[in-house]
Amino acid sequence: MNLSVTAHSVAEPTARSKRIASFVVVIYALVTILPLVWIFLTGFKTPPDSIAYPPKILFEPSVEGYVNLFTTRSRQTPEFLESLPPPQTWYERLVRSRNMVIGGPSKVVPRFANSMIIAFGSTFLAVCFGTIAAYAFSRFRVPLADDLLFFILSTRMMPPIAVAVPIYLMFRNLGLTDTKLGMILLYTAVNVSLAVWLLKGFMDEIPREYEEAAMVDGYSRLRAFFKVVLPQATTGIAATAIFCLIFAWNEYAFAVLLTSGEAQTMPPFIPFIIGEGGQDWPAVAAATTLFFIPILLFTILLRRHLLRGITFGAVRK
Amino acid sequence: MAEVALVDVSKSFGAVDAVRNLSLSIANGEFVVLLGPTGAGKTTTLRLIAGLERPDRGNVLIQGRIVTEAVPAERDVAFVFQQYSLYPHLTVYDNLAFPLRSPARRMDEQLVRRRIHQVAELLHVEQKLGNRATALSGGEMQRVAIGRALVREPAVYLMDEPLSSLDAKLRAELRLELKRIQRELGTTILYVTHDQIEAMTMADRIGVMNEGVLIQLGTPREIYERPDNAYVASRLGAPAINLVPAELLAGGAMPPNARTVGLRTEHIRMICSADGPGPVAQVHWVEHLGDQNHVHLKIASHSLVTLADPAQQLKAGDRVSLAFDDPLYFDQAGNRVAANESGRQA
Ligand SMILES: Nc1ncnc2c1ncn2[C@@H]1O[C@H](COP(=O)(O)OP(=O)(O)OP(=O)(O)O)[C@@H](O)[C@H]1O
Ligand SMILES: [Mg+2]
Repeated sequence: MNLSVTAHSVAEPTARSKRIASFVVVIYALVTILPLVWIFLTGFKTPPDSIAYPPKILFEPSVEGYVNLFTTRSRQTPEFLESLPPPQTWYERLVRSRNMVIGGPSKVVPRFANSMIIAFGSTFLAVCFGTIAAYAFSRFRVPLADDLLFFILSTRMMPPIAVAVPIYLMFRNLGLTDTKLGMILLYTAVNVSLAVWLLKGFMDEIPREYEEAAMVDGYSRLRAFFKVVLPQATTGIAATAIFCLIFAWNEYAFAVLLTSGEAQTMPPFIPFIIGEGGQDWPAVAAATTLFFIPILLFTILLRRHLLRGITFGAVRK
Repeated sequence: MAEVALVDVSKSFGAVDAVRNLSLSIANGEFVVLLGPTGAGKTTTLRLIAGLERPDRGNVLIQGRIVTEAVPAERDVAFVFQQYSLYPHLTVYDNLAFPLRSPARRMDEQLVRRRIHQVAELLHVEQKLGNRATALSGGEMQRVAIGRALVREPAVYLMDEPLSSLDAKLRAELRLELKRIQRELGTTILYVTHDQIEAMTMADRIGVMNEGVLIQLGTPREIYERPDNAYVASRLGAPAINLVPAELLAGGAMPPNARTVGLRTEHIRMICSADGPGPVAQVHWVEHLGDQNHVHLKIASHSLVTLADPAQQLKAGDRVSLAFDDPLYFDQAGNRVAANESGRQA
């Protein structure tokens, strides 16, 4: 009796349990993906469709949201529109059909560029510093190592709102307010603690014998680090980079407080995309959709490293 | 000239004295084996020579040069590690090429290729050169690890139990192969093992270590036949040497200060009747190993193990009388004392 129970739990899942499992997974996936689909679809609605009640499931797709996102427009009198030369491009035509003319490009491109520069820049720095520090903590006898590690962790304990004012004052004094450099430094500082802790775990898993073998074979410690340790640490570095990037990419509180123009990132920008008579929801949805893409691509690109596991294998027992 | 010399070297890790006052000198072309139980400090000794540990005291010399402060890359040694020797992100070929591509001795790729193929052939891994290091069996990994050392021609090879994870047949094969390579090329090797057969067959000299101390250094025959003390005697020989109190076997060549008698199997002769001149023992049980039998004997309350020909029909409960040829004698402190020459023939 007992035996058959044990055997059952070890054996391949039955067809029925597989069906139940996939059913649960599919339901869960549908539930979680629904808001994303909603946002994606809203991006292709017209402003009236986007706020229609009951919500429209079937609608005629329109790129108005995207056009609105990338342009500034002004409403004109029909007489003035008559006097203009005919529209040259498809998007001018679309705008003209709403009795408006395009004033120029919107701020979305520079804001998006800010987000890219600040998020990737700070991620790169945090991962670099984190890797070096984690290696040092893992391999050398650092005086007061435990206290230092705790201190590094503690820098992340304060909620942003608690440190917002002092940081604002510091930034003002240093002339870093509303600069990309300031935001890169800030996000690096916040992320480096996470990076050190995550990467230290990965470094500890890499046997010292690898570097030692390389050093005996004629490599300096630094070269051994690059030739042997870094390739082993790619999994950890990839995972850490994704965590850091997601934080820096999505960060809202500091961004609202410290950026207003020049260095504004997407998170504070998106909610304030204004159309006629309030929020332009299709444009907001379009911005959100675009905002989602870099993180998605980055994660897909690094997935191979994430799934490759750590130093499994070449271990002599 | 000594290829490698350790001069009064000590190294401790916190409260643990891993190596204590170790002096050891290895001649050019010599094969020295360190033998000792786990935790004896064997690996630490190799690491001190390689420069992976700094000694607390003492000096390390390689080819007459003091290298105590030198980094590993400057020392011209090759190390086969006890564990984790191959880089999992590289192929077998690149693993073997790794030492030859180091900044310390960058080599022409043509030469690298030739050298690798030579070594791969020697170690029977030619078929595996394209594999990732992770796609090898344990035995293949270990051979590649040895190969990574053999591609170089360093002042000394340091090998930390390089054959320990191989099956018996391959181990015997590689043992002969390593010894042949060493003899032909005249390489200098310091080799760590638990395996006394490896120690006896390969070593020019054996060093027996325990608790960080080098207890005796000598040729295999010296170590086996004239151990300095009971500890060294007990490291070699299978079945292990029998240590029995001297009073059980009084007489013969026993020196007056002997407290313990060491009886190897070849020191014991069994006479299959209870009325021989020597002490009488009872057969406790017999282990059949195929080519030989281990006979466990009881003499008074002490146990002895010896060998017997399987043809000898001994069984538990039989009584035998024993005779002893040139056993070893140890004093109170466990140090060996010479047999009493005058009483030898008695
Ligand atoms: N890095 C270290 N930190 C602390 N203690 C260490 C370190 N390396 C070795 N030791 C200690 O030093 C002693 C000797 O270790 P060593 O590795 O030299 O033994 P060994 O003879 O090679 O043993 P084995 O046959 O099990 O490999 C052991 O007690 C070990 O615990
Ligand atoms: Mg060891």
